[in-house]
Amino acid sequence: MELISLSPFDLSLAAILVVLLGALSWSLQLGIEKTLFIAAIRSVIQLTLLGMVLQQVFSQTSLPLIGLITLVMLVVAGYEVMARQTRRFSGWWGMGIGTSSMFISSFSIGILAVTTIVNVDPWYTPQYFIPLLGMLLGNTMNGIAISLNNLTRITYDQRGQIEARLMQGHHWHQAILPVRREALKSGLIPIINSMTTAGIVSLPGMMTGQILAGSPPAEAANYQILILFLIAAGTGLGSLTAVWFGSARLFDDRQRLRLERLRKT
Amino acid sequence: MSTLSIQNLSTRNLSDVTFDVHQGECVCIHGESGSGKTLLLRAIADLDPSEGSVLLDRQERNTISAHDWRRQVTFLPAESHWWHESVSAHFTSKVPQFKDLDLNPEIIDWQINRLSTGERQRLSLLRALDHQPTFLLMDETTANLDEENTLRVEKFIRQKLEQGLGIIWVSHSQQQRLRMADHAWKIHDNTLIEE
Repeated sequence: MELISLSPFDLSLAAILVVLLGALSWSLQLGIEKTLFIAAIRSVIQLTLLGMVLQQVFSQTSLPLIGLITLVMLVVAGYEVMARQTRRFSGWWGMGIGTSSMFISSFSIGILAVTTIVNVDPWYTPQYFIPLLGMLLGNTMNGIAISLNNLTRITYDQRGQIEARLMQGHHWHQAILPVRREALKSGLIPIINSMTTAGIVSLPGMMTGQILAGSPPAEAANYQILILFLIAAGTGLGSLTAVWFGSARLFDDRQRLRLERLRKT
Repeated sequence: MSTLSIQNLSTRNLSDVTFDVHQGECVCIHGESGSGKTLLLRAIADLDPSEGSVLLDRQERNTISAHDWRRQVTFLPAESHWWHESVSAHFTSKVPQFKDLDLNPEIIDWQINRLSTGERQRLSLLRALDHQPTFLLMDETTANLDEENTLRVEKFIRQKLEQGLGIIWVSHSQQQRLRMADHAWKIHDNTLIEE
């Protein structure tokens, strides 16, 4: 099979659809046309730039350069997690918890994948490592953002119950357990759903892209399974770390609930 | 006999609070609304950061883990919160003394959302005693109760005092303080003075 290149004309046809949606939103006074427009423009600029940068990066294997690129990806993802919180931890914790959890999960799973499963040499060969890490970071970012947001929101809403348990002499682990469970579950539901329906209801984006670009479907399926498992492990590990650190930060050394460590955004 | 010693305790709006409570003794505290009565009780139960020291039988509370401390020095707030759906899930003892507080013994099988405010308030008193604390810090425990139930709670508390429970009771009712208090304190000018 041959790779069919997309011309700017092809892309502008797709863009018309987004413009139509914006027009619809405007005429129905739904008020999302502005955000939609900005998001569409951002995706065009970011992806075009990424395409150009990757072309340069793929032609060389310099560890410091790749390290720098992945660091930028991590920091942007960390900022995004923080920006999506209704009640975020004040100070460095606000960005620190999400970013460090993403670092621990995405980097360890990504490096594990390229060193032992895909077996690339050297392991940081950008053609494999960068897209893999990007996919992991993107999904872990969503999981962590949802988990952390629910952790702080539910804790705030249920502060009465949580403190009542502390007053009753429960250990803080016990008092926060239902919240931890709920927060973690909410972060993992998207990936669990997409594993459940993959191939039946939805054809995952990566597999679609590979098939359209000419790969044999059976190969594409193998890669998709690998990616789904890695994403599930990464999201799970990341959300767990974030919920663990986050809930510990909500209490102090005398097991007091310290909601003043959160601030509303 | 155990003694709870509060020494130079300072909270957000009180400073240098010092007094002792012995087992079997009831200390009543009152003061204007917003004067820091609830915060004082919370500080003693170590629910908010505070300065100064609190000792149980001369043992610094910082040397006892926080959840063990709160099992021995238990705060009973004015508004009760429930973390399970059923009443029974909040109790470890099989037969709480429902009858002493005029509660239907079948209440143990009920769901929390079926309880009235008054029932919740009385039930939360039994819940606070479930793990047999040595000291109980009561915050306007009879505020939502009618005269009859108020007296019933007082009678019940008197029993507990005889059995050796030590109590700090924040109450706005002067009659109640006269009936219950072994010692009465008043919050005045950001500190505690004897009445």
